[in-house]
Amino acid sequence: MKKTLFALALLLVSRAVPLLAEIDLSGSWASINHEDSLERGGGPYPDDWTGLPFNDSGRAKALSFSQSVISMPERTCWFQTQWHIAAGPFSLRMWAVPDPITGKVQAWMVGAWETRAPMTIWMDGRPHPGKNAPHDQTGFTTGVWNGNELVATTTHLKTGYMRRNGAATSDQATITTHFRRHGDLLTVVLFMEDPVYLTEPYILSRSYNLATNPVAIGGPPCIVGDEGVESGRVPHYLPGKNPFTAEMQKYYGIPPEAAMGGAETMYPEYREKIKAAFKRPEKCAINCG
Amino acid sequence: MKKLSFFLVALVVAQTSAFAQGRGRGGAPAPPQAPKAAAPIDVTGYWVSVVTEDWRYRMVAPTKGDYQGVPMTPDARKIADSWDPAKEEASGELCKAYGAPAILRVPGRLHITWQDDQTLRLDTDAGKQTRTFRFAAAGSPGVAKLPAAGPHTLQGDSVAEWVGGGRGATDGTLQVTTTNLKAGFLRKNGVPYSDNAAVTEYFEIITQPDGTPLLVATISTTDPAYLRQPFVISSQFKKEPTDAKWKPSDCSVTW
Repeated sequence: MKKTLFALALLLVSRAVPLLAEIDLSGSWASINHEDSLERGGGPYPDDWTGLPFNDSGRAKALSFSQSVISMPERTCWFQTQWHIAAGPFSLRMWAVPDPITGKVQAWMVGAWETRAPMTIWMDGRPHPGKNAPHDQTGFTTGVWNGNELVATTTHLKTGYMRRNGAATSDQATITTHFRRHGDLLTVVLFMEDPVYLTEPYILSRSYNLATNPVAIGGPPCIVGDEGVESGRVPHYLPGKNPFTAEMQKYYGIPPEAAMGGAETMYPEYREKIKAAFKRPEKCAINCG
Repeated sequence: MKKLSFFLVALVVAQTSAFAQGRGRGGAPAPPQAPKAAAPIDVTGYWVSVVTEDWRYRMVAPTKGDYQGVPMTPDARKIADSWDPAKEEASGELCKAYGAPAILRVPGRLHITWQDDQTLRLDTDAGKQTRTFRFAAAGSPGVAKLPAAGPHTLQGDSVAEWVGGGRGATDGTLQVTTTNLKAGFLRKNGVPYSDNAAVTEYFEIITQPDGTPLLVATISTTDPAYLRQPFVISSQFKKEPTDAKWKPSDCSVTW
């Protein structure tokens, strides 16, 4: 009888398996940086906020940004929030962490980009911490399976960046990350929501190839150091004083109002608005690939 | 113990019955569904580009010689270096940057409909292009056969299949393979692809934070002549309720 019961239970479990919709995401994923290549590699132009749906506060914050600010010990690691997965050029290593007793996946780890701690995606149904819990660069992330898609939600982030030219995110930002696998190709779609600096979600999608060369599971950490900014000074530009707001125009003929971003710059209609002001330069002068 | 065994047997019987119903009465396989009826996700409707990536290559005409991100071969570079917009315009071939490898990067709107039970149709307002994605007929195994080498066209010949699905409204992928392409440009500054190029695309629906659908297309272009490795990019589109913003426009070399 016991054997029969065991067989019946096994049958039920085997039938239930297809309902546990998930796909194996583990492995080393080499980043394919064919889009936004300059921005993710060498870095964006200091005045390139095209396609960014930020509000007036977000724009003002970006215009006040001086790269010297990251020489402050308090802000050395400012660039290293989870958004770095989208805005940086780095490959990924993903692996599952099983519960040692049940064997069920307790968390997915997304690791290995420079100066970042691995991202832990908790899969065990634990809630996000309360709103007054501490925020840090890593934030707190939970995940659920939606069919073969892993959807991760990150909260409790410290203030960070959307682009490495001063487009900032607040500590109220939320990142939703969707992982979709197509054989040896991985598509990652990210939504940044920020009630402080954005008028609508900022959407990016990135691609990765399954790699045979292993990606390290953790890069060198971001180390806080004294880089010579005197105590009490925060490097910045006052309104109207940022000297780097004409580079997009100079190199690509892009009208300054387009470089200043905003949600309307994301949609096709905007092309008509800038058509008359756009002048295509004769030849690429810098960062030509 | 008896109660437990009865319960387990009942559960297995119930599951088996449900499984059999899915295959038709008497255990006979259910008749195969046409691709339209079998679609695990709904990609139809009007969709608008969301241009948050590669902005200066898409929203304005890219500068001559700006090839950032494209894994070009030396031959491709030579061709692109000699690209001349005035000559292109004079040739009358204005749509070379609107072919299948590039059309989903052109800012604009898509209108996706079922042309018939096994063919999806994708129209664009920018450049007024039409692509058709042909599925295998209901009951045929696998993917529709790629057509033999034939006339090469701007949008080529595309075959499609559904991959996965069945576990919710966004589970599943539309995979499209396109061949028989006529040579064209990956970007509007003469970055070339040859008529041996092929494109594999993965169309998916992602739920946005506000619950509305986002169409994401991951596009992988291979070209033995002009690409050192597959050129992989992804474009996203928000759904629109009507055709109110549909605005057909001609192809352009300079804008």
